[in-house]
Amino acid sequence: MDSAKVKMAEQFISAVPHCTALGMKLTLIEDGVAEMRLAYDRKLVGDPETGVLHGGAISALMDTCCGTAAMSHPSSPAGTATIDLRIDYMRAATPGQDVTTRAECYHITRSVAFVRATAFDEDKERPVATASGAFTVERK
Amino acid sequence: MAMKRPEPVQIVKQRRDAALSALVHGVPYVQFLGIEFDRRGDELTAVMPYEDGLIGNPMIPALHGGAIAGFLEVTAVIGLAWSVLWEELESGVKHIDDITSGQMPRLPKTIDFNVDYLRSGLPRDSYARARVNRSGRRYASVHVEAWQDQRARLFAQATGHFLMPQRDNG
Repeated sequence: MDSAKVKMAEQFISAVPHCTALGMKLTLIEDGVAEMRLAYDRKLVGDPETGVLHGGAISALMDTCCGTAAMSHPSSPAGTATIDLRIDYMRAATPGQDVTTRAECYHITRSVAFVRATAFDEDKERPVATASGAFTVERK
Repeated sequence: MAMKRPEPVQIVKQRRDAALSALVHGVPYVQFLGIEFDRRGDELTAVMPYEDGLIGNPMIPALHGGAIAGFLEVTAVIGLAWSVLWEELESGVKHIDDITSGQMPRLPKTIDFNVDYLRSGLPRDSYARARVNRSGRRYASVHVEAWQDQRARLFAQATGHFLMPQRDNG
């Protein structure tokens, strides 16, 4: 893996105000694949009784990770924006645990990137959520 | 036949506003995004005032897709919980003191959520309304529309399915 590419992607994500506000970190970037981590934070809780993270925070993580995967595709789009994103919530993320997600851009055309992603907490056997989406491909 | 005297308007308003406030202000993520709800009768409009922390693309600049998804999901969950709570309060099944004394109703759980991004979110305040298309005992289907300057020019919409919390009396 190209370390210059990782550095560039890290800088790119740390320049996104909403990603820093949520506390997202890029952990891996390869051709058409990205992995990110969202640290557990009480301010992102959706159910105060259980301390489970809000779906919206998971959505933001998956949206960013999917967009990053599209950007890292070897056909190197100049930019991207979400057209649509569908998220299925399999179970509640365990309170106190970080959420990690891996996104893969499995097909790209001149105008559209197709991406899917899976999110886990510390239990890597049972996914917390899956996502699939379409993203625009901006040309230079 | 003697008509039952209607309650004074301020008492009714106070009760409804207290119930809504308990629902909205108990959720940390709703506070994180800075979302408030405007109430007219039973109709809610979610308002997400612009903040720099909501930006996803600093070059354009545009709101983050994740912040938009979060805004729509909050609108759907609160809208759905509110429609149930409204019925319970109006019919007298639940009393306002139960809600404000910390016995917050359990929130519906998202099964799936599908967001359409119609145009980029500008660095402006955002508004959204949820429509509960079906609300069953176990499942519900909710549609949400979001706009900024013009009500008819949506910048995002979403449909979600939700698992309803089990009622106390089974």
